[in-house]
Amino acid sequence: MELPARTFRITRADLVRYAGASGDFNPIHWSDRVATKVGLPGVIAHGMFTMALVGRAVTEWAGSPDAVVDYGVRFTRPVVVPDDDEGTEIEVTAVVREVTEDGLTRLDVTATCHGEKVLSQARATVRASVDRSAGRP
Amino acid sequence: MSLDPSYVGRTYPPTAPYQVGREKIREFATAIGATDPAHHDPDAARTLGHPDVVAPPTFPFALTMAATQQIVEDPAVGVDYSRVVHGDQRFAYTRPVVAGDELVCVSTIEDITNRGGHGFLTTRTEISTVAGEPVVAVWSKLVVRGEA
Repeated sequence: MELPARTFRITRADLVRYAGASGDFNPIHWSDRVATKVGLPGVIAHGMFTMALVGRAVTEWAGSPDAVVDYGVRFTRPVVVPDDDEGTEIEVTAVVREVTEDGLTRLDVTATCHGEKVLSQARATVRASVDRSAGRP
Repeated sequence: MSLDPSYVGRTYPPTAPYQVGREKIREFATAIGATDPAHHDPDAARTLGHPDVVAPPTFPFALTMAATQQIVEDPAVGVDYSRVVHGDQRFAYTRPVVAGDELVCVSTIEDITNRGGHGFLTTRTEISTVAGEPVVAVWSKLVVRGEA
């Protein structure tokens, strides 16, 4: 079963706000000068910011902010965030892989930016049933 | 320089207790656009059976990132932090983190491998309350890129 896709827009302002809230001030997430010096195309989003947005999709699909039992990802590709008002977008989809007898739902999650996967092996287990209509804000 | 696999299993001393603040949870939730009232309003969190506002699932990374600095900065292990990229990340919850928690991190080197000129370091951090109640286990895999 496929869950309704979620789209998250990411701008430079979001990265600054996340840096402050998370305490991750690595300059590759706010300085083009530093990012290009280490071989990146430009400022990239914190991997953990992408993981947090995908986590939001998961909790919204589950219908409860405390439903996540297990959540893991592999970071495969940086999310480049241009310095303009539009920023970039990631799209998050998921399929229900398994519903266990003790009421856990296992999801396989896909996150893409410009059609390319930015995470792989993204899996979440939630303590809830998940239905197609879930997760609409 | 490759990482020394003989340090697999090494466990580091517990970190000083981290006091989870209500405003910090609200700030983090706002930064990721998480608007569910249970992240912001203690009454909404109590309705779900929690003593105070609930942290989003990836919130504990701020604690574990600080805790695993012990490993990254351990000269014996040999990590060149300027070459580190984040490979994998996982959280396994016993219960959600809530405001008012006082949390201690104990980090262990779970795996070290060297492959294709790169080093792979997997850390596991057990987060529990100061009273010893387990809350969440957190794994990070760091990739130390080899010299080109």
